[in-house]
Amino acid sequence: MRPAVLYPSLVGLLVLLFGLSLMAGPVWVPFSAWSPGGSDPRWAIILELRLPRALLAVLVGAALGLSGAALQGYTRNPLADPGVLGVSSMAALGAVLALYYGATVLSPWMQPASAMAGALIGVGILLALSGGGSSLVGFVLAGTVLNIIAGAGVSLALSLAPNPWAVAEIVNWLMGSLADRSFEEVRLALPFIALGCGLLLATGPALDALTLGETGARSLGISLNRTRALLAGGVGLAAGAAVAVTGVIGFVGLVTPHLIRPLVGARPGALLIASALGGACLVLAADSLVRLIPAAVEVRLGVAMAVIGAPFFLVVLLRDRSRMS
Amino acid sequence: MTAMVTPTSKRSSLSVEDLRVVLGGRVILDGISLSLQPGQITVIVGPNGAGKSTLALTLAGLLKPASGQAFLGEQPLKALQPRERARRIAFLPQTPEIAWPITVRTLVGLGRTPFIGSTGPGLADVTATLRAMEKTGIVHLSERLVPTLSGGERARVLMARALAGEPDWLIADEPLTGLDPAHQLDAAGLLRTLTRDGPGVILTLHDLTLALRLADRVIVLAGGAIMGDGRPGEALAPDILSRVFGITARIEETSAGLLVDVHGRN
Repeated sequence: MRPAVLYPSLVGLLVLLFGLSLMAGPVWVPFSAWSPGGSDPRWAIILELRLPRALLAVLVGAALGLSGAALQGYTRNPLADPGVLGVSSMAALGAVLALYYGATVLSPWMQPASAMAGALIGVGILLALSGGGSSLVGFVLAGTVLNIIAGAGVSLALSLAPNPWAVAEIVNWLMGSLADRSFEEVRLALPFIALGCGLLLATGPALDALTLGETGARSLGISLNRTRALLAGGVGLAAGAAVAVTGVIGFVGLVTPHLIRPLVGARPGALLIASALGGACLVLAADSLVRLIPAAVEVRLGVAMAVIGAPFFLVVLLRDRSRMS
Repeated sequence: MTAMVTPTSKRSSLSVEDLRVVLGGRVILDGISLSLQPGQITVIVGPNGAGKSTLALTLAGLLKPASGQAFLGEQPLKALQPRERARRIAFLPQTPEIAWPITVRTLVGLGRTPFIGSTGPGLADVTATLRAMEKTGIVHLSERLVPTLSGGERARVLMARALAGEPDWLIADEPLTGLDPAHQLDAAGLLRTLTRDGPGVILTLHDLTLALRLADRVIVLAGGAIMGDGRPGEALAPDILSRVFGITARIEETSAGLLVDVHGRN
């Protein structure tokens, strides 16, 4: 699809889903009832409950979609994503430690700070363990190790938790959700996600050149060290800040680039912005959906994403395989 | 950015002085000094493990020597910015990887990477890409996806990618390996026409007959040292072939051209 068609389509879809996300929920608020400054009490629901939630969905979706696209471009493999490579779980470990030690009481910035620290350490270890190269096996092994370490750390924190409330708080947060978020979370996440996305977008030309392999890219004058630094900083900040405010939401980084790739002619650099938009759409849509499912307790977004995302991804993989053979 | 066609005389030579390359604690190249001229095809031959690829990588500025250095004209290669070096030396790796199912046009366009600024590809980049595709005869393939290409088409497309940057030097590591004889000849003919425009071409090859027919100059490498260097007939003389490759062979003149006739092992 031509960029002149693709980007307006994605932005249009995003606006549409954003509007839907403001309307959808236990209380349906049709557009006709939107009355800024008016007397309709449902306007308060939109402004104070749904607007920050929708904004956060856009931010987190963009961060995860873009991180996934950049990691896939760098490793030249469509199975890379912050979740698979353990970056999200390292961020979660950082955030859990902050919750566990009560550091979140000191300052609201402690949780995103420690989540981003976790994510940055995660990407750092990832790049170090994979030997500075970009072989997929090295990356997946390093990611597996990170996932195990982070999982063990979280389990340890849970088992040593001083009281059941702490456990409840940690578990609740781990499952990944956009429920009950306020502008406070938007304010916490926005600067870091914006900065991280900026760093990731700067990797575009390098990711394009990496299509020819590492030697090929270097022969085209690309500095792999600079690319790695941008990638680590970008994924650490964007995915770290996203996990800090919403918990772990998987599959966005994996599925989004996969869906968008055919639309941009598979060029990894062109995939970046499109995946950010696509990720935002996906999270907005999924978050609207969980609010519409009639259940006593709202289904957690992270859980819903895994339940819908995993089979969906399987279908995509099978379809691709049958198309190739 | 206009891509000026540099006159042949202005193109720089590529040379190495007392080169020593150590990889993983092993000495791969030792005491290599060479000066290569543009407008020629230089072919590096040698048995497996002789250090051909290492020499090609070092000449392309992609491998840091332990001592000695490579020069482009008067300038040490390591003093050049990677982008500047990439504009002047194109490199085709052995078994080139193409990770994504991109179109031929996109792939060839990647050759313009060192010229593209923050504003994206400009007119000069588009025309240089098209020119490279014309030279290699692949314009009709431009919208095809790379994975659907045959081996011969792929070789041409990769060559076009390397030429899109209109480099002074084209260095290709085993570019003809894996091609059937007809496509080998096609690709060889293509390389031959290229040097007429001025760039220098450096190839590593396994096939001695191809080296004999294609090269203006042959460098025979063994055990990390130069064992023969000169016009193909001299560098591939029977005594050198015997010493380096352990074969009894001689150069025969047939109606189809020169060939290296291998009689057997020593």
